[in-house]
Amino acid sequence: MKVQRSKGMRDLSPEEMQVFRGVEAICRRCFTEWGYREVRTPTIEYLHLFTSAGTLTPGRLGKVYSFLDWDGWSGERVVLRPDGTIPVARLYAESLRDRGLARLFYAANIFIFEESPERPRERWQCGVELIGAGSAVADAELVALSLEALKKLGLKDPEVRLSHAGLVRALLEKLGLSPEEQHRTFDRILDGDAGLLAEISKDSPGLGEAIRPLLGTKGRPPGFLRDQRDIIAREMPDLAPCLDDFLATVAVLDELGCACKIDIASGTGFEYYTGLIFQLYIGGEKVGGGGRYDALIPAMGGGDVPAAGFALYTDGLMKLVDAAAVAPAGAASVLVRLKSGVIKDAFMLGDVLREKGYTVALDMGGKSRGADWTIEVRGKTPAFVVTNKSGSRQDAPDVAGVIKILEGKGGR
Amino acid sequence: MAVKLALPKGRLLRKTAARLQKAGWGLDEYNSGMGFYRPKSQKFPDVLIRVFHEKDIPIQIATGNYDLGICCLDWVEELLVKYPSSDIVKVADLGYGEGSLYTAAVSPPDASANGAPVRIASEYPNLAEAYALRRRLSRFSVFPVWGAAEAYPPENAEMVLLPAGEGNIGGAGLRPLERVLDYRAWLIANRASREAKNIDRIVTSLCGAISGEKTAAPAEPSSASPAGRRPPLKTAAGAVRLALPDGHQQQQTVNLFNRAGIRLDDYPSATGNRRPGIDIKGVAVKVIRPQDMPLQVANGNFDLAVTGRDWLTDHKSQFPGSPVSEVLDLKLRRVRLVAVVSREVPADDVAGLSRYIAARGETLRVASEYVNLADKYARDNHLGHYRVIPTWGATEGFLPEDADLLIENTETGRTIARHNLKIIDTLFASTACLIGNDGALADAVKKKRIGLIINKLKAAVEGDR
Repeated sequence: MKVQRSKGMRDLSPEEMQVFRGVEAICRRCFTEWGYREVRTPTIEYLHLFTSAGTLTPGRLGKVYSFLDWDGWSGERVVLRPDGTIPVARLYAESLRDRGLARLFYAANIFIFEESPERPRERWQCGVELIGAGSAVADAELVALSLEALKKLGLKDPEVRLSHAGLVRALLEKLGLSPEEQHRTFDRILDGDAGLLAEISKDSPGLGEAIRPLLGTKGRPPGFLRDQRDIIAREMPDLAPCLDDFLATVAVLDELGCACKIDIASGTGFEYYTGLIFQLYIGGEKVGGGGRYDALIPAMGGGDVPAAGFALYTDGLMKLVDAAAVAPAGAASVLVRLKSGVIKDAFMLGDVLREKGYTVALDMGGKSRGADWTIEVRGKTPAFVVTNKSGSRQDAPDVAGVIKILEGKGGR
Repeated sequence: MAVKLALPKGRLLRKTAARLQKAGWGLDEYNSGMGFYRPKSQKFPDVLIRVFHEKDIPIQIATGNYDLGICCLDWVEELLVKYPSSDIVKVADLGYGEGSLYTAAVSPPDASANGAPVRIASEYPNLAEAYALRRRLSRFSVFPVWGAAEAYPPENAEMVLLPAGEGNIGGAGLRPLERVLDYRAWLIANRASREAKNIDRIVTSLCGAISGEKTAAPAEPSSASPAGRRPPLKTAAGAVRLALPDGHQQQQTVNLFNRAGIRLDDYPSATGNRRPGIDIKGVAVKVIRPQDMPLQVANGNFDLAVTGRDWLTDHKSQFPGSPVSEVLDLKLRRVRLVAVVSREVPADDVAGLSRYIAARGETLRVASEYVNLADKYARDNHLGHYRVIPTWGATEGFLPEDADLLIENTETGRTIARHNLKIIDTLFASTACLIGNDGALADAVKKKRIGLIINKLKAAVEGDR
């Protein structure tokens, strides 16, 4: 019987893993440089953490891996982490709230059931949460940090699309939908239905002409929103607070020289978003996104603490980065050939060379990947024969002689 | 390749049989008697027909064991809501067997109290979970039950999801909250079979005979009738909550209690009363399915219950640390739990089976009512790549075509022998037993009352010897 891996799951080969770790390392370094500290939350959480209104949409909840734990006789279900942010918010509310402001990041896998076996059911992401700051500057820090991480990954021309959860909700109220329908519509927009707002607004007479262009799915430059601000505020004063909040962030981003597009209708994201939503694209492929979630930590009993964050999608980034650039070659590699009688000498040679920074493997026969150097341990004079990649051989009387050859200081 | 058709027993049997007859199928045996597992059709002699519990049919179709099946949509949706990529195609509405699933409760939920724990008892645990997620209940737990869901509210569950019928909503003191699903009997097919096998002639015959006579939509169930309103069980501090079995075990149980000098009032009940009286002060009794008792005792809904060691062991296989234990062997209903294979299988013990499976190189199909026991048995015996097929009774009919191994209970072994099967292993002997919640004994008042019940029953059991 052929053994197979589970549907929708992925293996990473040593080469792929090198790229994976390279991407993670760049993100980790970048986040650390901005004052963020790494946390790790468990793979399994209680389902009820994700079921409260305002955390995940029913569409997303319908795709969680939920099951009864070995002690689940009470009927309490657990899930494989379906989202990165909610557990970190839970961690903050549970044990970090006395710290006030917290800059946290994580590299974690999340699990979403996808029907199509081609779509991954386990996804990796590097995420950042800025908890305890609720300003336009805080929003801008997150956008800027995400862009810097993409830049350090060697990715060019990122596109930033901005929306605003508060503004979308306020607009839905204007469309004359029942609260239940507003909820459902918002969920569908969050789940990625970008044309929905424009479609619904078509036959909504209560909507001013100034609003209509906002609902299109095409990204527009931020200046457009500024130009419309007074007209919209005059026609629909209820929208003004959200609009001003949105424009304040846009202004800071402008000042920082971040090129962004406004795309109100495309708010793919999470139900817990309350303010800015931003999405990151490289060459049309979404590589990350984030937003403000000021109500999430209060809902978990963590106090009135604003927060925002983003995540970069490790799997997608792995395909886009230059593998050689993110995963540079390691130390020079040495293969040690040995025979019985010289085993101890071979192990000792390995120890010394590893101390010196070489990667040393013992030859176990069979095919092995080409090493930079091959050293034969002979147990008689000459004690070692050193061969380089191009096949040229040199003798060494002792370990010091081997090192001299490797360092290019000895021999012929 | 022969087309395989799964027909339902139970609620759909009579109408399905009548309409197949009308279509001239000429089935030799498809009625409510025994021994009707594999009827033959004169009209379609090459079609392999097998009769299943209705709940089994969507699983049989989804796994491709059977090509076509007839069952109500409630069971199809129960599978699809959890496993949306199942290979089931709904072919045709057959127009009978209509019903609706409702959520119901003693009183409507307090909308402002979302966040309060909601316990939902249901034979449809997947649909119940989907309902709770859709309704955005933030803190819910689902109790999967084998039956008698209507008995749980208000003490043991806030809500139930159940098919309306036979007074199980209003008559049980409940009021309907929301109609969750309307269903009727459908012809369903396996997706691959539909493409690969020539099943059109059978579909045409079934649909031609059956459609065109759609019955009216089911009536809305009424709210709690005054007669149906029953006082909730006394759950004052220190009250001991005892669960007694429904179904065919009632007579043996009542006999034992009589011998123990414990009087039960209205048990077994002619009117379906699930809250019989008992002549011990501070004890409240409810009647539920024995299969559901270990879980209900574990989660503290009951302190004591009369069930079988088979169901307790199945529960402990799923939840090894569960706080429920056997407190008294009632020595009734002795059966053995056995591992059974077809007589054609060249193995006489589990080691032989393991070798046979390894050489055969196909996934082992283990069918059982005791899914957790079966799972543990396969795991503990290193049966390799295996799959457990949950069944709802009459499991011996699954071998050899629809399963390779059964974990079954047997009293005499005669049914097993009659089906050309053999026992290769005995897991343990099971009798009826009194089980208790470990925590209940920590309560001084309860401990005294529990002790009294145990002593009376013990005297009766020992007096029987």
